[in-house]
Amino acid sequence: MSIAITDTPPVGGGLTRIRMAQILLIVALGLIVAKTVLPAGLIRPPEWLVWPFADWINAAFRFMRDDLGLIHVTRAIADGIEWLLDVTANLLYGKSRWPNIGPIPWTVIASSAAIIGYALNGWRLALLSGGTFCWIAIMGQWTWSMETLSVIVVAAPFSILMGLLMGIAAWRSALFEKLLNPVLNIAQSMPHFAYMIPVVVFIGVGPKAGAVVTIIFSVPPMIRMTLLGLKKVSDEVIESGKMSGATQLQLLWSVRIPTARTDILVGVNQVIMQCLAMVVLASFIGMPGLGQKLLQLLQALKVGRSVEIGITIVLLAVMLDRCSKAWAMRQPQHHDKGTPWFVRHRLALIWAVLTLVLLGLAQVVPLFDQISRRQALSLAGPLDAVVDWFIVVVDPVTTWLRWFLIVWVLIPLRDAFLFAPFSAVLMLIAAAGWAIGGLRSAAICVAFFGFIAMSGWWDRAMITVYTVTVSVAIATVIGFPLGIWASRNQARAQRMLLVCDTFQTFPSFIYLIPVVMLFGVNDVAVVGAVVLFAAVPLIRYTIEGLRGVPHEMVEAAEMSGATYGQTMWKVRLPLALPTIMVGVNQSVMFSLFMVIIAAFIGTQDLGQEMQRALSSSDVGKGLVLGTAVAFMGLLVDHLVQTWGARRRALLGL
Amino acid sequence: MSAPEPVISCKSVWKLFGPNADHYFSTLKGAPSFQSIREAGYIAAVRDVTLDIPRGEMLVIMGLSGSGKSTLVRCLSRLIDITGGEVHVDGQDIGALKEKELIELRRNKMGMVFQSFGLLPHRTVLDNIAFPLEMRGQDRHTRRARAMEVIELVGLSGREDYFPRELSGGQQQRVGIARSLAIEPDIWFLDEPFSALDPLIRREMQDEFLRLQRLLGKTIVFITHDFDEALRLADRIAIMKDGAVEQCDRPDRIVMNPATKYVAKFTHEIDKARVVRASALMQPVNGAALTGDAVGSQQTIHDLARLIINDPREAFPVAGDDGALLGMLPRQEAIDVLLGGHA
Ligand SMILES: Nc1ncnc2c1ncn2[C@@H]1O[C@H](COP(=O)(O)OP(=O)(O)OP(=O)(O)O)[C@@H](O)[C@H]1O
Ligand SMILES: [Mg+2]
Repeated sequence: MSIAITDTPPVGGGLTRIRMAQILLIVALGLIVAKTVLPAGLIRPPEWLVWPFADWINAAFRFMRDDLGLIHVTRAIADGIEWLLDVTANLLYGKSRWPNIGPIPWTVIASSAAIIGYALNGWRLALLSGGTFCWIAIMGQWTWSMETLSVIVVAAPFSILMGLLMGIAAWRSALFEKLLNPVLNIAQSMPHFAYMIPVVVFIGVGPKAGAVVTIIFSVPPMIRMTLLGLKKVSDEVIESGKMSGATQLQLLWSVRIPTARTDILVGVNQVIMQCLAMVVLASFIGMPGLGQKLLQLLQALKVGRSVEIGITIVLLAVMLDRCSKAWAMRQPQHHDKGTPWFVRHRLALIWAVLTLVLLGLAQVVPLFDQISRRQALSLAGPLDAVVDWFIVVVDPVTTWLRWFLIVWVLIPLRDAFLFAPFSAVLMLIAAAGWAIGGLRSAAICVAFFGFIAMSGWWDRAMITVYTVTVSVAIATVIGFPLGIWASRNQARAQRMLLVCDTFQTFPSFIYLIPVVMLFGVNDVAVVGAVVLFAAVPLIRYTIEGLRGVPHEMVEAAEMSGATYGQTMWKVRLPLALPTIMVGVNQSVMFSLFMVIIAAFIGTQDLGQEMQRALSSSDVGKGLVLGTAVAFMGLLVDHLVQTWGARRRALLGL
Repeated sequence: MSAPEPVISCKSVWKLFGPNADHYFSTLKGAPSFQSIREAGYIAAVRDVTLDIPRGEMLVIMGLSGSGKSTLVRCLSRLIDITGGEVHVDGQDIGALKEKELIELRRNKMGMVFQSFGLLPHRTVLDNIAFPLEMRGQDRHTRRARAMEVIELVGLSGREDYFPRELSGGQQQRVGIARSLAIEPDIWFLDEPFSALDPLIRREMQDEFLRLQRLLGKTIVFITHDFDEALRLADRIAIMKDGAVEQCDRPDRIVMNPATKYVAKFTHEIDKARVVRASALMQPVNGAALTGDAVGSQQTIHDLARLIINDPREAFPVAGDDGALLGMLPRQEAIDVLLGGHA
């Protein structure tokens, strides 16, 4: 009986929650209307409310770095990493360091990649992997690409190992997991740049800093997936291990970790993709390679050449993603009895022979060894011509669009966001929190945004909020109907999901190329890039939500004579809404990341300040700004999760 | 039958599931019912079970789904820690064993076949079966040789390099059986070990375990839902309901003298003639005149059906294994059992 009572919310509860939210909303509106007569302390955060977080953080960092001598430790670690980087750099692009054997001929690398691709998932992956390296060599981007890859080759194993160890630690100790969880939450919603500043302070700039920041940035998903995988191992498998007399250590290494293999490898996949995204961005802290090249070319508005580099990055991303996913999904398979060893190890043999042949050929034919810039092809000329033609053709449209967006949408909205008194904004947020999750949610939301008010970057933050809001709104207007359209039949849905998957593997930097090409360097380009980036998860989750609606429910609706539209609006959309909201949530996260990255093509929001903090190595400021951005993301995340959980419970999903 | 010292002995064992179950248990007094515990938000998976299992016995545990059979067996092997009571194995209180001692005990004495197999997905059939041997530190060659032997025994020859994923349910179950056969433990816990096997192999496997039990004096705790299987194998049957053992006794006594209404209902469907042996219906001779051939005391009424119907004698002499006269079997009572199957 008592259970039944606690399960159903008190009858009055829903009413008072909404009532309370309405009251808060009215107060907020009142504050906005009465702005002219409000005291200044309610319009912008008063001085006593703005705390010098940045100074404190800087003091703490100075203490750690100089007084505790942490810098010697970090320098030592960085030197170790640099040594490894030099080895891979020598092997991949012939930097003159130990072991002085490199560079490995490009043909050998391409053929090895093709064979790995074949071993993992057959011909198509072989073609993709081999083809990617051929493209890189032929387009004369070998050195840049290898600069980028040499860092990934070092950073990814580091993160994987660290993530694995920390995941195991979190799994073993509930306390550690509890402590780690909020740290991971914040870390995963911090923009990339926030990571770079402390690294610059402790390690400096250049490839080793790039490697370190990449390692730090890509660890969290590995920890998460390791923990998830270890928790998922079925009890009976572990019990069977125990009954076999395994010790704790044997249980871990011979039973748990191998059984959690798929989840752990999905973690590896995420690490690799995060590494690529970060390595490209690390060009901001002097990391050479594809990212740096792209940055220079974009800033010089050399569209053709940037597209070439963009294609390379995209190819690398897709290749790395498909290969590591194939590895994760690969299940062991037996050989028939009596298979001779050269059949069992057929691929290894082919690889060895091919490598020897190509090494020999490279000695004789230089083209098999290296393709110099002069011998390389370039599509830049024709690409530029096409792009120029295209821009001229669409110019009337883009010019009008640019004018329309700036004059009629962006500027008025930005002014509106800046007009609102901060007290009113906090009230609005409290109202939203209260409406969705009662007092607790309201308090959490106000705490998140309260920090932003206290950080002293209110106006900048509001510009970020405005850019994200506008972008997500536009992304919804585009992505939502597209998702509905794509979910109409299975084949189309699958194709669209594949496209979304592929787009999601692209490092965020890539999305800037087309918008800069179309709109130049301004607000519209920023919004455009964010919209592109944010629409992908929306489309994806809309499709997944709609396809996930149980068949019987749709059939029941059709049997009661509902039209397609009625089924959609009355049955499928309401049921799919929790999943779609997950998409909105991700979309907001992605937007926040993108807005900050887009700062270098000119914005006036937190991102711009972040860039400044980066160039002046101001750790405190960087972390405060990063936390402010993270809190925006976490706020939306909290609201969506709370709402989603309630909604799902209500629908009995 | 003399009473050999018990291999496994449990005294009022309790297992509760739920938040902070140990604390809740310490507040309990007397013998709370399953229902009252449930109302407090806990599940009494094992409730005050007291059992002695002598060496060499095959004890079959039966009961409806969720009655706590698997949990009881997990308590006996200390795969889960019990909430109350004591379990002794070979005279040692296993609740008090240290990690290392427990591992030793499992390596040297215990084996288990799991209800849903518990195979390691990344290991081949051969490596799965050799796993306990590997944990014992046997060298690669010996353990492979031993694993091949049991693979043969369970009829999986030729599949040793397959992965569990590549096998059918029944084949996977046989891998689980083979894994525990590989070490021939003294104490065997079998949780529905044959549920996914076809009747032919099931019978072969039953015979194999019976052979091992008789020949090597293994102690076996066997869970099944199949009464025929239980009757074929059991020295004693324990019937569980809501975590408690309702009755634990020889099969024929359970059928003839159910201790509770629940047991009576549970055994209602069984053909009594297949369970009841001549010795159970036997009466003292008391000077009655008996003629003709004797029947064996261990034969079931079902075995004797033809004789009972065709032979006009009022009572049959009953002889033990050694041929000595033990008593008489009245014909009318035997016919009642035979015909009144469900009465
Ligand atoms: N780890 C657990 N946590 C909570 N409750 C559990 C747990 N394991 C078992 N139970 C509960 O204990 C009771 C007994 O479960 P058990 O698995 O022992 O049943 P069983 O008799 O083996 O059933 P079956 O014939 O279906 O295998 C069930 O009500 C089950 O829900
Ligand atoms: Mg069970």
